[in-house]
Amino acid sequence: MRGTYLLQAVVNGILLGGVYALVALGLTLIFGVMRIVNFAHGALMMIGMYIAYWIFTLWGINPYLSLPLTMGVLFLLGAAIQRFLIDPILDAPQHNQLLLTLGVMLFLENLALFLWSPDFRTLRLPWLEGAVRAGFFLVNKPRLLAFLFALLSTLALYLFLKHTETGKTIRATAQDQVGAALVGIDVRKVNALTFGIGSACVGMAGALVTPYFYTAPQVGHVFLLIAFVVVVLGGLGSFTGALVGGLIVGVGESIGALLLPGSFKELVIYAIFVLVLLYRPTGLFGERYE
Amino acid sequence: MLRVQGIQAGYGKIPVLRGIDLEVEEGELVTLVGGNGAGKTTTLRVISGLLRPWSGTVSLDGVRIDRLPPHEIVSLGLVHVPEGRRLFPRMSVMENLELGARTVEGRKRKTENLRRVFSLFPILEERKGQLAGTLSGGEQQMLAIARGLMAAPRILMLDEPSQGLAPLLVRRIFEAIQEINREGTAILLVEQNVQHALRLAQRGYVLENGRIVLQGKGLELLEHAHLKRAYLGR
Repeated sequence: MRGTYLLQAVVNGILLGGVYALVALGLTLIFGVMRIVNFAHGALMMIGMYIAYWIFTLWGINPYLSLPLTMGVLFLLGAAIQRFLIDPILDAPQHNQLLLTLGVMLFLENLALFLWSPDFRTLRLPWLEGAVRAGFFLVNKPRLLAFLFALLSTLALYLFLKHTETGKTIRATAQDQVGAALVGIDVRKVNALTFGIGSACVGMAGALVTPYFYTAPQVGHVFLLIAFVVVVLGGLGSFTGALVGGLIVGVGESIGALLLPGSFKELVIYAIFVLVLLYRPTGLFGERYE
Repeated sequence: MLRVQGIQAGYGKIPVLRGIDLEVEEGELVTLVGGNGAGKTTTLRVISGLLRPWSGTVSLDGVRIDRLPPHEIVSLGLVHVPEGRRLFPRMSVMENLELGARTVEGRKRKTENLRRVFSLFPILEERKGQLAGTLSGGEQQMLAIARGLMAAPRILMLDEPSQGLAPLLVRRIFEAIQEINREGTAILLVEQNVQHALRLAQRGYVLENGRIVLQGKGLELLEHAHLKRAYLGR
């Protein structure tokens, strides 16, 4: 019996991890290209959640159908943040950029608080409630859907970066900004594009969790912290790292919830975090950054 | 073709260039030599738009380019192969070359240029699927030059292409530079290898403390007393 619980926890953890991976992917992409640690990432996710929530509440369109719109808005928002706020101080010392993205986070959260109140909101999709049985396991439907969407978009993003010309300019810029500029890549444009894509990823993750997670102005904190753990575990700037790290953290959290009492489940994640920092500070797939 | 006038530039408040004038004509091979910290790299960085000068002008065919971003300068046919090569280490040799051909001219003549760089550096063709970061130092330098050529430049600026290479490879690189020049591309070569560079070049400039202190024909400069004392230990 115990074994089934454990396997069930692993399945749940993998589903959870897919979404974590998508959140972390945006963060790691932005870091990889611009060397910026984006504290506003969680707040951007929160904006994505509210967009999905309001589209559903006002017009009855479910978060899956409204994904293109949510992602489009987040893309533009992210690109604008890069172009008008971060770009002017890209050459400044790194702590200035940290403070700036922290400021953006506070601004977005307080804007949400002002516009939509601190209430926790949930969105209900009756057709999606309950679980499906797959062999021995029960799989929660909205979580399964979120996982599948996350996995598909991760794959799509991978193919985009690997094989399209625009994707190659993004990778080139991540590997060497000066080299990129000197082969004729408009680095400022690539930066804005990357910030947009990273924001669209996290906005998508936000929309995907709304059917089973609450929406509130500060909900981003939970995911931001987890995304940091994932990214550090997988290696800053590493695509594979974000995916593998996301799954590990998801499974770790899920097993932690099974074996440890109450809110101790987070303990597992932070234990992983500390151990990685101690013994493998570059992460599983990372490399050194000066 | 390329004309640099009265350039002053530096980092933060620290001046590096204190008024540089130089010119490169169509099809010329010009070298800029000088010791460590003389301002050679900074000069190239200003020309290619990586560093904005404090004052002075850079113009190409009479049009000012000193306020343009680097990618626009590349598309005008002025290509900078930087110090440290600045390749894309986790991309293949072929991907690096393809990224070099992003300008309008480069796209148009991609196949032709690819053939040209492979005949210039046959080793790159053998290694075209290999990641750039796994190449040897000499091969990386060849790839850096080849990537620059893929943009179909009218002027190629090379920053210390011989740095850190074994003598045999240095000769190989210098031969390639001469070959590129013979095919009609003007070259501005920055070197610490003063003798070698001045033998190769038609004209040379000697840079010291951010100023041009000597200029003239390559071989004549090599015989100049000041230069002998300062760099050649004779």
